[in-house]
Amino acid sequence: MKLLDKHAFFEKNSIFLLIGILIVISIGGLVEIVPLFYLENTIEKVEGMRPYTPLELAGRNIYVREGCYNCHSQMIRATRDEVERYGHYSLAAESMYDHPFQWGSKRNGPDLARVGNKYSDEWHREHMIKPSSVVPETIMPGYPFLAKANLKYSQIDMDLKVNQMIGVPYSDEQVENAIADLKAQLDEDSDDYDAFIERYPTAQVRDFDGNPAKISELDALIAYLQMLGTLVDFSLYNESENNR
Amino acid sequence: MAYQHNPPATSRLAQSIVASCLAIGIILAVLVAGKTTSGPMQFHAFIVIAAFLIGIVAIFNLGGRINDEKHEPSPSGVFYNNGVIKYGIIASMFWGVVGFTVGDVLAWELAFPVLNFDLPWTNFGRLRPLHTSAVIFAFGGNVLIVTSFYVVQRTCKARLAGEIAPWFVFWGYQLFIVLAATGYVLGVTQSKEYAEPEWYVDIWLTIVWVTYLCVFLGTLWRRKEPHIYVANWFYLAFIVTVAILHLINNAAVPISFVEPKSYIIYAGVQDALIQWWYGHNAVGFFLTAGFLGIMYYFVPKRAERPIYSYRLSIIHFWSLIFLYIWAGPHHLHYTALPDWAQTLGMTFSIMLWMPSWGGMINGLMTLSGAWDKLRTDPVLKMLVVSIAFYGMSTFEGPLMSIKAVNGLSHYTDWTIGHVHSGALGWVAYVSFGALYCMTPWLWDRKGLYSLKLVNVHFWISTVGILLYICAMWVSGIMQGLMWRAYTELGFLEYSFVETVASMQPYFIIRAVGGLMFIIGSLVMVYNIWRTILGHSAEEATPENIDNAIAAQALGE
Repeated sequence: MKLLDKHAFFEKNSIFLLIGILIVISIGGLVEIVPLFYLENTIEKVEGMRPYTPLELAGRNIYVREGCYNCHSQMIRATRDEVERYGHYSLAAESMYDHPFQWGSKRNGPDLARVGNKYSDEWHREHMIKPSSVVPETIMPGYPFLAKANLKYSQIDMDLKVNQMIGVPYSDEQVENAIADLKAQLDEDSDDYDAFIERYPTAQVRDFDGNPAKISELDALIAYLQMLGTLVDFSLYNESENNR
Repeated sequence: MAYQHNPPATSRLAQSIVASCLAIGIILAVLVAGKTTSGPMQFHAFIVIAAFLIGIVAIFNLGGRINDEKHEPSPSGVFYNNGVIKYGIIASMFWGVVGFTVGDVLAWELAFPVLNFDLPWTNFGRLRPLHTSAVIFAFGGNVLIVTSFYVVQRTCKARLAGEIAPWFVFWGYQLFIVLAATGYVLGVTQSKEYAEPEWYVDIWLTIVWVTYLCVFLGTLWRRKEPHIYVANWFYLAFIVTVAILHLINNAAVPISFVEPKSYIIYAGVQDALIQWWYGHNAVGFFLTAGFLGIMYYFVPKRAERPIYSYRLSIIHFWSLIFLYIWAGPHHLHYTALPDWAQTLGMTFSIMLWMPSWGGMINGLMTLSGAWDKLRTDPVLKMLVVSIAFYGMSTFEGPLMSIKAVNGLSHYTDWTIGHVHSGALGWVAYVSFGALYCMTPWLWDRKGLYSLKLVNVHFWISTVGILLYICAMWVSGIMQGLMWRAYTELGFLEYSFVETVASMQPYFIIRAVGGLMFIIGSLVMVYNIWRTILGHSAEEATPENIDNAIAAQALGE
């Protein structure tokens, strides 16, 4: 074959071999990834999505730190059994503010995309401290240290600031008041409550870890878990309009 | 002495420049250590300070090491840089055993959750990235770096470019591993699978990797052979593609230059596809293209036969790297990724079967006329079986990328079994084969300490792998079916935790299989260590066996 004999050109010129490789490996990525950034129907039009509150974001960072994605997905696939087991299949819109995404790839434990408001705070507390106390056959490790650890939140405004910078629609006001908002979400009687609810109208406000004296990592994690998958109002969701 | 090279020497200027860069690094690390509020980052800054200090001292004491202690050229007149490769062989074995052991600890944790001890540093979530990074990047990465350094010198008849640079690549890479691994255990992760290290570790890896690319290209430019050998095409594609994947997938903004936490610039669905474009090509380019480079050098060398088909190599190379890059979306079937992207990913994954098997055929058929060596040479047997496992897992992969199959297999242990048939059977075996080949060649030994022990290693590990993947097939398919099982009345039959409880026997079988694999690798470490020490078990060598067979045939 004559064509293959011409390959000697690449074998004798390392720079052209390098350029050839670069061109060949670029095509697939460009065709698949770039359109996701400009095709308007990539992310569905929904009602109810909002950025995470500072406390939820801090909880999400604990979820990330502990590597929960290694065993739990946050992506309900569009199949009959998954929808019956976990609820409405996940939409791209529901993770549009997730940096990074936490869809996961393995279910050693169940999907968590819609775990919000399914169990009580107390159930979550017991479960995080000793999972087998509420689910005897579980293989999940315990996380008793989360309830004991003070949440580190003195820099949470910087977290919001960076999220704002990379496209999450936080207002400047939300960034500036991040630390106050984090505390306000844990206490319905606090002076900052009204301002907080104005900034995050659908946020759940209460002491999540059952210990009002302390802002623990468990507070943040449960606040995050309790809002997962609860934001989108599916009574207003038009499936046929969002076919992709 | 066709090509006489000058004995290598270090340049004072280069030493001073590199040492100054390290000194600047130390100043930055001191600033970070003083300003950060994060304990783990402070700890990392101290590691960096210590490593860079040692580096500066080592740079000025390089003289004795650069000539492989012998100051003698090879028969073809080249002063090969062998020192760094010897270090790399030892590092590969060390990280291999560490990575396998952590993996098996995880396997036992799944079977008996009490082994998590409910401590942050030992829980499954933090240890699993330690396992994946240790086996892929620490073990696999070291094997790739040292074999590429070995192969590129021999096939180009040229010494590695640079005197400090190859050492910087080697030790810089070990520093990357230490920072990444300790980070996971201490909770520093950006939670992207196989790309968990945080921004500052990513930047360090970028510096090391670009240096690696420069050393490799620089050696190609020094070559005395007109053609670049096929193994080097694969190594080159692996190095540049991994650089691109790493840079794009890890694009992140840290909350502060003295804090470890950063946010990836992509969100949701875009981040998902970029992650799996990265993730699948970590398989395609790190764990496949790079290791195919090993196959294309070590299999013909060990079998003493040329590669089966030069033309097939060309087709294999270009079609493999073109098709692999498209396959990522098959990790996201039935998710919120738009359907067009899922369909593209599936289509290209199925097509990928062809170049994969083309490569397998090219490797296996290289043994034409030399199949008898499998009887006497367990190292060659390991290499050949690695190609067979490559063929098996590259058939299973396209199968699992079909949406209907993936609907069952995704999120289950089937995926874990598939990965391990590739990772243990293909990647680890071809690596072991290369390590067994290189050790006696580099240390000037007549042969390995014991070929019998290679055989022992082979059989223990093979049984281990089979236990592993069979257990995962059963548990994965079973769990997938249980998740979608319905009762007569149309309700889901099993709660999630019921499906978890039924996994336990298979988890135990898998953990036993993993344990056998570790035992096999320890046998290898012992064997290679004795080889390096210059010992020999004084058993029948292949030549002696051949002579004995020949003598028998002649009726003597």
